[in-house]
Amino acid sequence: MMAAEESGDASRTLVAQANAALAARARWSPLEIAFWLAAAASIFLFPTKHLILTEIAILGLFALSLDLLLGYAGIVSLGHAAFFGFGAYAAGLLAKYHVVNEPVLALLASGIATMLLGFVTSFLVLRGSDLTRLMVTLGVALVLREIANRLEITGGADGLQGIVMDPILGRFSFDIYGHVAYVYSLIMLFALFLVARRIVNSPFGLSLRSLKGNPLRAAAIGIHVNGRLVAIYTIAAGYAGIAGALLTQTTQFASLSVLDFERSADVLLILIIGGTGYLYGGLIGAVLFKLMQDWLANLTPQYWQFWIGLILVIIVLVGRDRITRTTDPIRALVQRATDRVWSGVRGSG
Amino acid sequence: MLRRQLVLGLAAGAAGALLTSPALAEDTIKIGLIIPMTGQQASTGKQIEAAVKLYQAQHGTTVAGKKIEVILKDDGAVPDNTKRIAQELIVNDKVNFIAGFGITPTALAVAPLATQAKIPEIVMAAGTSIITERSPYIARTSFTLPQSSVIMADWALKNGIKKVVTLVSDYAPGADAEKSFSDRIKAAGGEIVAAIRVPLANPDFAPFLQRAADAKPDALFVFVPSGQGGTFVKQFVERGLDKAGVKLIGPGDVTDDDLLPTMGDAIIGAVTAHMYSASHPSQMNKDYVAAFEKANGFRPNFMSVGGYDGMHLIYEALKKTNGDTDGDKLMAAIKGMKWESPRGPISIDPDTRDIIQNIYIRKVEKVNGGLYNTEFQTFENVKDPGKAPK
Repeated sequence: MMAAEESGDASRTLVAQANAALAARARWSPLEIAFWLAAAASIFLFPTKHLILTEIAILGLFALSLDLLLGYAGIVSLGHAAFFGFGAYAAGLLAKYHVVNEPVLALLASGIATMLLGFVTSFLVLRGSDLTRLMVTLGVALVLREIANRLEITGGADGLQGIVMDPILGRFSFDIYGHVAYVYSLIMLFALFLVARRIVNSPFGLSLRSLKGNPLRAAAIGIHVNGRLVAIYTIAAGYAGIAGALLTQTTQFASLSVLDFERSADVLLILIIGGTGYLYGGLIGAVLFKLMQDWLANLTPQYWQFWIGLILVIIVLVGRDRITRTTDPIRALVQRATDRVWSGVRGSG
Repeated sequence: MLRRQLVLGLAAGAAGALLTSPALAEDTIKIGLIIPMTGQQASTGKQIEAAVKLYQAQHGTTVAGKKIEVILKDDGAVPDNTKRIAQELIVNDKVNFIAGFGITPTALAVAPLATQAKIPEIVMAAGTSIITERSPYIARTSFTLPQSSVIMADWALKNGIKKVVTLVSDYAPGADAEKSFSDRIKAAGGEIVAAIRVPLANPDFAPFLQRAADAKPDALFVFVPSGQGGTFVKQFVERGLDKAGVKLIGPGDVTDDDLLPTMGDAIIGAVTAHMYSASHPSQMNKDYVAAFEKANGFRPNFMSVGGYDGMHLIYEALKKTNGDTDGDKLMAAIKGMKWESPRGPISIDPDTRDIIQNIYIRKVEKVNGGLYNTEFQTFENVKDPGKAPK
């Protein structure tokens, strides 16, 4: 009796500890809050740059989706554009043939359609090692691209022309300056980020990390590995699909380039620049990558790809860690300040 | 966690620095030139940029008392890019013209913006018939595929070619070329034994050429976009189609002047219909080619005259409106404009805003040690036959 009670107590404390740890992870740090305040401020600070900012927000969402796969579940993919492109065409077709006219609903519908595709293809990804996964994801993207190229309904290489978007919620119509498009994309990004943040800080997210670390051991302690992988793959596909749908809705156009291999490669690069496994990597990478690309392409329209390549090589050689190490003391300071504020809040509460 | 979050602070700082825009200058007329400078269609961009620079070097950068500024942007021939770049040029840089457009999808992607912003869109390269119908603010200085394809069909029929295989890139201009050519051939009792379409991106022509060879036609009608001709001809020769007596015919894109010098003697004898050859015998063209080669070190091709004439159209329209940049006034000035180009006499059709020009039948020959398309027959003032009769 005593022993059973003791072990009951022990497991209860363990659960409490785990919950406390998860809660600590889920706490908002001031830098995170500052990030989103800065994002909101960009609406008013850079009104002439909303077009490229919209693209950055969409790219950030796309990279966030890959981060869920790569950073949390350890699934490598070279064909993530398959879902991006599928969502893009889904949104385009929904609008063009007036199936769903309201953009937000159409966005959700495209996301759900892409989740279905993700669910079906996830079973291919369950098999084999990283190398097989690279090949399988790449293959799926190539197959989809060729289908889009062949079908009459997608317009082939000419792209999906003649998409006209209805106003958002029937009130806000897309303008040529891209103001509405940017606010819309940013809100969607933030909403989906909140969901992603909730997911990775839940016990489910924790189990993903454990199976990323060691799938055999995770299975041994009773985690249903394949089930988790299918779930996160489906979710990530939905995220990518919504990113693609946002692109179509804001540009009122979709072309084969949404399914290009370059797009899958770019998003992987972005994630490598920004870092994986903390959700902000994709967003930061998208900001840096796109601004750098835009800036260089304006400086030298002919040779910008050379400079991008060079900079990427330097980033990888020097290593992000070495760059960030120089800022360690500041970070430590912020950390200490945060802890104090939080303990103060808790003490008074 | 937090360590990484600091990257975020740095990113914000960099973003702020990069996002500050330069001040706008008044009294200048801005032309947004959107062309592919990278990727597969880079040769088109290279030619147009060189021609635009040459035009400005020869004709100055001031028209009707205003300074002309060309803003060059690379879209890599990706329509999403083109659309965003055009939109940024219109709302941020306040350009008065948008010009360029290496391939049809990019020109189409921008059409709704031209209409919305009432800004003339000058198409200097893309060649699908429907483009000018997509906005009343589009005018074209390049060519349309049906223009040369129909003429090609007429010539083929007169020269005993009855059985033809068509091979085109699988996108709008290819479909245009195939349809207009086939319709004309069939109407006259000829036969299309196979209609082959090859993918636009990274094509491997070998398997398609084998199918063409198996059909044993009199001639192979080919359209591939400028820049792919070199690969095509190489594989055409490797498959031995030239030796099997299959004539190579088509719109002039396949024997593009840019790549022709590197194609090798196997291409000699290929007959094409097109609106420009670097060996066009007018004095104006001789001067043009000489100046172009001197400035750039390579031969101008048909894309370059599209760019050169596009600039001329913009300059002349501005002279007519006396520097007024109102889109409707500019379009009124553009309609019906007539002038002498290095390719010969050309004009803008007032009804369709498409180009009217001579189409020449040419044969690849060796002239002074170099390969050239020598013109030997002229069809004068050809309108775009692809437009639906109104």
